[in-house]
Parts: sequence; structure tokens; C-alpha cells
Amino acid sequence: MDQIDQIFVSLKHWAVHFFPDALQPLVSAGLSIAALIAAFGSIFAITTWVERKALGRIQNRLGPNRVGPFGLLQPMADAIKMLTKEDIVPVSADHVVHYLAPFALIIPVSLALAVIPYGRNMALVDLDGGVLFFFAVGAAAEVAVFMAGWSSRNKYSILGAMRAIAQMISYEVPLVLSTISVVMIAGSLSLVKIVEAQNHFVGDWLPGWYVLTPWGFAGFVLFMIAAAAESNRAPFDLPEAESEIIAGYLTEYSGFKYALFFLGEYWGMFAVSGLAVTLFLGGWTAPFPFLAWVPSFVWFFAKLGALILLFIWIRGTLPRLRIDQLMSFAWKFLLPMSLINIVVAALWHFTAGWSFPSAPLWRWLLCAALVVIPYLGFGHALAGRRRFPKRVYQYAT
Amino acid sequence: MSPVFAMLAAMTLASAIAAMSFRKLVHSALSMILTFSGLASIYLHLNAQFVGLVQVLVYVGAVAILVVFAILLTRDSTRDSSVRSLAQSWLTGLLVAGAVFGTLATAIIGSRALDRALPQAAEITVKKIGEQLMTRYIIPLEVIALLLTAAMIGAVIIAMREKERK
Repeated sequence: MDQIDQIFVSLKHWAVHFFPDALQPLVSAGLSIAALIAAFGSIFAITTWVERKALGRIQNRLGPNRVGPFGLLQPMADAIKMLTKEDIVPVSADHVVHYLAPFALIIPVSLALAVIPYGRNMALVDLDGGVLFFFAVGAAAEVAVFMAGWSSRNKYSILGAMRAIAQMISYEVPLVLSTISVVMIAGSLSLVKIVEAQNHFVGDWLPGWYVLTPWGFAGFVLFMIAAAAESNRAPFDLPEAESEIIAGYLTEYSGFKYALFFLGEYWGMFAVSGLAVTLFLGGWTAPFPFLAWVPSFVWFFAKLGALILLFIWIRGTLPRLRIDQLMSFAWKFLLPMSLINIVVAALWHFTAGWSFPSAPLWRWLLCAALVVIPYLGFGHALAGRRRFPKRVYQYAT
Repeated sequence: MSPVFAMLAAMTLASAIAAMSFRKLVHSALSMILTFSGLASIYLHLNAQFVGLVQVLVYVGAVAILVVFAILLTRDSTRDSSVRSLAQSWLTGLLVAGAVFGTLATAIIGSRALDRALPQAAEITVKKIGEQLMTRYIIPLEVIALLLTAAMIGAVIIAMREKERK
């Protein structure tokens, strides 16, 4: 089983040993990058198909069904269409910046993919400050959005870019703060070490994933909400809001540049979902000891797929927020909750030494209460005296 | 000088010069972002991982966006700025720059710090930096935190709409 688990690692070692010593590090890096781009390129293609099918199902229609069996070849058709389309650049646009913006998005996003451990020994680079690196390159993506919006010389573009930047800055705060609790408990910023810290079983069958602790669960929910906003996914897709500002900063992009932006956004979503898997869902570790024979990368990509499906489900279910709702949600709810969560994580750390009877249970309940009570309090305070009557559907049954 | 360092230094210097000489403010801001990232990559190249990453996080992620927002909110960014990018009295500028460089260079060359043996570079991990911040440098850290909080409250008070009194 170990051979299958390490198949990609040993394949790379085997391929690299054909080259002279001086070239080996370069070839090794090149092979890893090629594998990463190929893997995430295919996941991107599959995701577009799954998303359209799932949204079709949710909206009571069929989705793509013409190209290939079940419309499976639709991504290929889309890619050919995008490649052959005319690339239109507005006359008044700032040509150089307009041209560079898609690359400025793709580069940081693919850099972010590099630090995530995809399996046992399968992180492209194990940085000592991996989490920090992830957020640093994520911050660079904001610049790309601004470049796209500003250089298009279109008021919808600039509006979309301003919205996107405001949203990304606001939601970066809860995103980073919910990560801090994991870093505190794991005691490391390296993503490989964070996975290793979760690679154990509590009481022989319960996985040591952080999502199963009270602070970890709250952190996971906060992280996923902020991640949806960071990657401009519905219900936080205000920067693109097609019913209000056409397509936001993408309005003046066509052909393959548009496809590159699309790819960048999806890769951003994969990267942030991969980070969520690594931080809270135990990365490549198996959920039960008797399933540990399944190769580690299968677990990682299964969890990644589950989170992508969750994003699609949420997109099909929730309506878009208004900009003021978006901002007050980030600053009045997510921020205080993630700060409280840090305190709860600290409490969890210091109560690890409790040794009276049924201490783990009391510890769990105490921390859970400290998360749930503020949650209810904030919910009541923010809802105020608003009452939501039961919805009546007139045409659907 | 390693080729990687030469490339990074060239990129940083070129983008810094570009930031000074572009006629559009947004172009200047964008090349300044490139300068920041060049500096960050030099830190990374020197094995100072934490400083390099924080440089990207703070300067590219926050300061650059702040600059860009300030430009967009205060002036018409699509027009060329009327101010000439290179000052007219370039001779004076050259002289001042030369004098500053000369003074600094003589001070550095004359200093005794150059004779000292280089200390063995320790492997600096983020954890060590955190431990130092929480023990030895706790008071400066707290002072900075207080200052930033005060600045933030001040900003909120300035931006807050005052109640109309009648």
C-alpha cells in the first residue's frame, strides 16, 4: 500500500534520476509544477461541468447535455470557444495594464497552490511560514483585480473592482483570525506540520481533526464564510453582480483573457478550499484507522471535492447580499466571533491538562458553550426586532 | 553576487526608477508595487522568510491598495499628471543625491563595524521571532498596539458623521 501512496513521489524520483546532477533540482521543480498545473487544470474543467449540472438540477433544468455523454465534453467545447474568440480591447483602455492583469491574478493564485500538502510527502514546498505565505500571495491578487478594473476605463469595471477590493480586505481579517486558532494549537505556521498535528486518533476511532473540536468547528464555519467572500463566490459575488454592474471588473475582458480570469478565480477557490482541508479537516489523513490503507492524496482530493460541492450548493441556494449587509456582516459578526474563537482556542490549550473524571467531555462542553452563547447573542443583537414571516410560494409546489 | 540577486536587484531598481518617471499616478503606484515585491524577494533570497512574507502582506496587500484608493478617490486618474515627473533643477537634485551618497559611504567605510567578524547567521524561524516578541520585546509590541488602536479610533471618529445640532 505504501507504494501506491507514494506513487507520484517515486515516479518523480525515477524520472529525475535520468538527468545530470546539476539539472536535477530544476527538473524536479519543473515536474512538480507541471503536475500541479495539469491536476488543477483538469479539476477546473470538471468543476465547471459539475457546477453547471448541479446548478441546473437546483434550478429545475437540465444543464449542459449536448456535447458528449451527459455533456461531459462541454468544458472542451468552452475552451475551444474561448481560444478562438476575438480578443477585444476597448480603445480608451490602458493596453499594457489591461494585458497584464490576468497574469497578475494567475501567478499569485498558482503560487498559493504550491504550499498545500496534497498527500504524505506531497507538498511542493514546505515553507516554515506556509500559512503566512498563503495569505501574502492572496493579498497580491487584490492588485490584479484593481488593475483589471482600472485599466478597462469602464465605470462598471471600476465599480466592480472597488467592491472587490473592499470586500477582500474586509473578509481577509476574519479569514486570517480564524486561521490563527489552528496555528496556536498546532504550534506551527508550516502546513505540513499542521497536518501532522492532526494525524492521530482520539480514543482509537475518532480522527484528531480540528473541525471536531468546538473552536475548530466555529473556526471552520467562519473560515468557509470568509473564504467564499475572498474567492468572490455567491452569495458574496457582488464584485461581479451581473444584475447590477454587468460583470464588474471582467466587463471589458473577452476571449482567452476572460478565460484566464475565470481560471484564476476557480484556482483561488481551490486554493482556499485546500487550505481549509489542511487546517481543519486533517489534510491527507484518513477519517478512520481502518481506512488508513487508502492513499493519502485520495483523501485530500475527496475532501477538496466535498468542499467544492459545498460551494456550488451554497451558490445555488442563497441570494446575493447587499453591499451594506456584506460589510456589516464582516465587521459586526465575523470579526468579533473570530476574536472570541481565539480566546476559546487558548482555553482549549490550557485545559489540556485537566485530569478529573470525564474531563475531556467537560472541556468540550465548556468550550462549546463559550462559542455558542456569543453566537446566539450576536444573532439576536444583529437581527434586532426584525421578524421574518414564513415564506409563501405562490407558483411552486 | 549571485545571478538571482542580480536579477532581483535589477528588477527592483528598474521598477523604482519607473515609479518615479511614469506620468500617470496609477502607473507609478503599480510599479511601486513591483518595487515592494522585489524587496520582498530579496529578503526571501537572504533567507529572511518572515520579513519577506510580511513585506508582501503589508506593503503589497495593504499599503499599495491604500495608495491606489487614495489616488482613485482624490483625482482623475486617467489623465496625465500636469506636474513634470523629473524636476527641472535636475542638477541640484544630482548634487544633493551625490552629497548624501558620499556622506553615507564615508561614514560606512570609516566605521569600525566593518572590521568585526560576521556573526554566524542563526536559522531564524517564525517561532523564534514569536518567542522574542512575547518575551524580550513585549513592551515595544504593546506600545505599538496601543498606538495603532488609538490611530484607528481617531480615524473612526474623523470619519463618523456628526449629529446635527439644532
